[in-house]
Amino acid sequence: MAVIEQGVQAITRPSRWHRAWRGLATLFASKTAVIGLIIVLFWILAPILAPLLTPYSPTAQDYKAQNAAPSAAHILGTDDLGRDIWSRLLYGARVVLVILPIGEHFWLPLGTAIWGVLLGLIIGATLGLMGGYLGGWIDEVVMRLLDAMMAFPVILLYMIIIAAVGASATNVVLAIAIVGTPGIARLVRSLTLDIRTRDYIRAAELRGESAFHIMFVEILPNARGPIIIDAMLRVGYAIFAMGTLGFLGLGLPPPSPDWGSMVASGRRYILSGSPWAALWPALAIATLVVGLNLLADGLREESLRYQ
Amino acid sequence: MIPDYRPRVPILEVRDLAIAYETRQGDVPAVRGVSFDIRRGETLGIVGESGCGKSTIAFGVVNFLGQNGKIVSGNIMFQGQDLVGRPEGDLRKIRGDRIAMVYQDPMQALNPSMRLGDQMSEVLIVHRGMSKKAAEAKCIQMLERVYMPDPANVMRRYPHQISGGQQQRVVIAMALLNDPALLIMDEPTTALDVTVEAAVLDLIADLQRDFETAIMYISHNLGVIARVADRVAVMYAGAMVERASVSDIFLRPYHPYTQGLMRCVPRLGQNKTDSYLYPIPGKVPSPKTLPTGCIFEPRCAFARPDCAVTRPPLREVKPGHWARCLFAEEIAQQEWRPPADFVPPSGEPDADQRDKKPILRVEHAKTFYTAPSKRLFGRRQYVKAVDDVSVAVKSGRTLGIVGESGCGKSTLVKTIVGLETPTGGAFEFMGIDIAVPVARRDLQVIKNLQMVFQNPDSTLNPSFSVGTQIGRSLRRFNVVPPQQVRAEVIRLLDMMKLGERYYDRLPRQLSGGEKQRVGIARAIAGRPELVLCDEPVSALDVSVQAAVLNLLLDIQRQMGTTLVFIAHDLSVVRFFCDTIAVMYLGQVVEIGTAEAIYAPPYHPYTEALLSAVPIPDPRVEQSHVRLSGSVPSALNPPSGCRFHTRCPHKLGEICETQTPPWQIAETGQRIFCHIPIAELSKMNSVITMKETSNAR
Repeated sequence: MAVIEQGVQAITRPSRWHRAWRGLATLFASKTAVIGLIIVLFWILAPILAPLLTPYSPTAQDYKAQNAAPSAAHILGTDDLGRDIWSRLLYGARVVLVILPIGEHFWLPLGTAIWGVLLGLIIGATLGLMGGYLGGWIDEVVMRLLDAMMAFPVILLYMIIIAAVGASATNVVLAIAIVGTPGIARLVRSLTLDIRTRDYIRAAELRGESAFHIMFVEILPNARGPIIIDAMLRVGYAIFAMGTLGFLGLGLPPPSPDWGSMVASGRRYILSGSPWAALWPALAIATLVVGLNLLADGLREESLRYQ
Repeated sequence: MIPDYRPRVPILEVRDLAIAYETRQGDVPAVRGVSFDIRRGETLGIVGESGCGKSTIAFGVVNFLGQNGKIVSGNIMFQGQDLVGRPEGDLRKIRGDRIAMVYQDPMQALNPSMRLGDQMSEVLIVHRGMSKKAAEAKCIQMLERVYMPDPANVMRRYPHQISGGQQQRVVIAMALLNDPALLIMDEPTTALDVTVEAAVLDLIADLQRDFETAIMYISHNLGVIARVADRVAVMYAGAMVERASVSDIFLRPYHPYTQGLMRCVPRLGQNKTDSYLYPIPGKVPSPKTLPTGCIFEPRCAFARPDCAVTRPPLREVKPGHWARCLFAEEIAQQEWRPPADFVPPSGEPDADQRDKKPILRVEHAKTFYTAPSKRLFGRRQYVKAVDDVSVAVKSGRTLGIVGESGCGKSTLVKTIVGLETPTGGAFEFMGIDIAVPVARRDLQVIKNLQMVFQNPDSTLNPSFSVGTQIGRSLRRFNVVPPQQVRAEVIRLLDMMKLGERYYDRLPRQLSGGEKQRVGIARAIAGRPELVLCDEPVSALDVSVQAAVLNLLLDIQRQMGTTLVFIAHDLSVVRFFCDTIAVMYLGQVVEIGTAEAIYAPPYHPYTEALLSAVPIPDPRVEQSHVRLSGSVPSALNPPSGCRFHTRCPHKLGEICETQTPPWQIAETGQRIFCHIPIAELSKMNSVITMKETSNAR
């Protein structure tokens, strides 16, 4: 049989660069995603460039200007202790998406919310893959335990965890991860249940591959699309949760600029005619969460369209 | 009710039809230059490979092209009225009243939440203004016409409560309720088993005789077309390349593509030692990049310089025979020769040495699945997917397993390969006990026992390149030192006729046939002794199917690999296998050499299967054996002989109470039946050649 398929143009596998470009093209095809991306990028770049964007330190107090309305000197106004709100917003945003402070002088890149979701993703994906692929009693035990966790109201769970381990950025990461795990595990499990029926999984089993290899090398890469989109939404919810914790007094300890505690402390002066200290951080949380949702939604629509 | 039109006037006339789909990159022509007509009481078969535009024509006629489809030019005359450019309201009336359509999947046509009776009578109540009572009476009558057992009862059921074959009957009955002038059938039997398919095809022939409906029958299956069609139109890459009577198309085709197709399918009775399959080289051009000249020119063995320049018209090469080829007459007279570089798969594996001992022996194999009990604390039930099966394969040989869906053939193969755990029985492979799942097998056993899967779309991991996936097998089994893996993968790709340029491609960049070849390369990478093929070609087009079968033959002859081959296409199995086992409801009912299975004595089930298989040759006459009822549940199989509930030759009580004995015929095959072998030998051969090629 020497009949060869002739006339086939040589199609080589696109380079990494090319594939990244195609991924971006998908993103730019959706207006929703582009708007979301702009908002999110603003909240990532502005905190990094904070020293250039504001002359004030977030903790510097100005007793001559307390609860001031927006002006040329303080573009978003000041809070009850005379601290510049614009500066506090920018430095406060660092903790959310840019850095994770661990201890006094040590921090990791990527923010608290992202680390929380990543940690949740690692634990949740592992549990979901195990439940979905191995099945049997492992599945039963894991999923019943996660069901039990899901039975708690989310905010109550956050408060229990933070009240138990204390308020710090690392503990918030932990709390976000613990709260997020059951949902991620459920998603990954359902994807795994679908993917494990494919013939290429049979082929891997027939090579005598280990369960670990099949779960993490054969199944996980094919579940990445929905997982990435879900993770983006989760980062939004995590920011929301961080705001709530701060508002309830379980956020980062003062005087560090925390969006949630800024709203909480500004709340007292709304009726006395200076709503600014509460309004701006609340808006900041809202825009960032909406931005992340738009980005995830846009990506989901575009990726589904070309499936 | 039947309008007044003179006989011989075509019901449907299609002239120069062109249909395109709008996409972001501009219009994509799906169908061009299609002309045909269908007269009353006539069946036009439209045949072609996937993506050639067959279904688009059907949707064009009823104007169901969707949001982005449009008729670019041409006319569709239906009973003298032009359908193109008519307002939607008129079309809907004509469609509902005079044109009916039957699709491949009956569950798509039936509303799962409505009783069948309500769905059917709705047609008459809406279109004919009948009263509910009269409509229901007419529906019951129609269900009787399609040989539905107990129609009054079926009327009260929901679609999921009846079998697939019965669902398709209901859809056909529904289509005929309005007494349509034109019936469009788009692959109506593709999803059905052969025995059910045969019954539905019989039904279509009967109905056509009685109602004189014009039928447009679309199928990719040449055998089905040969059985139902009066005239045949062959589609290739969106264009009609040939149109003629069924006997001319199958026996005296003019167009090189049609000729090529006929050489791709094994005729029942051919086998691999005395004939070859000749795949058509190359692949179908995409509608966006069609050749400027004849669209078949790049793949044509007879191509001349003119062919690359001029696009040939569809012209009448002899009365009633149209072909789209510049040199049709010359080509039809020329003797076709395989291309010079075609090396037929040859050389039998040295039979004497290898025939001594079976490499794989399965004895009294049982694989049961547990089914949840219907009651809360009830006993656990077992689905007896494989129940007491014994087969053996000799080294370098091919065992074929045939049977309808649910007969346990896939479960048997999965148990052998270790994806299912056997419930009982002995499994021996190269002298090693393999009655354990793959996780507990020795790497050496795993390496020597590989599998090729059915579905090309799920056989490869979409996240990794072809090279990575084949290389993984090589690394896993330490076939070659790590630094030589790439070279070995390329060697395998060359062997698959794919070549190095496929190394970095991702599965989504491959066609179905290419994916299947990569799947085969992955299976043979560890140089296994035994490869189990679960319907490796049934999802492929005929021309690709031939290439993949040749490839498997090549591998077997070069490497001495033993094959177990599952298929439902009996011509393919006959062509490809040395030994064949016929399975029914978890048991082997007949096993023997390929020649012996296809000639009397037959097991009654084998006889029914052979009588049902569609054969791509209109001269072939098959005896008419049809099975009644449907396959019983494997949860609670019939006592005695499992086939007794449907057996046309049932002896009596003995079949219901006693397990049949294994009888050995003179030709060496073993038959699992109570009927004495002498009696079975008196059966007539199911398949005979007709002397003349008249219509049925």
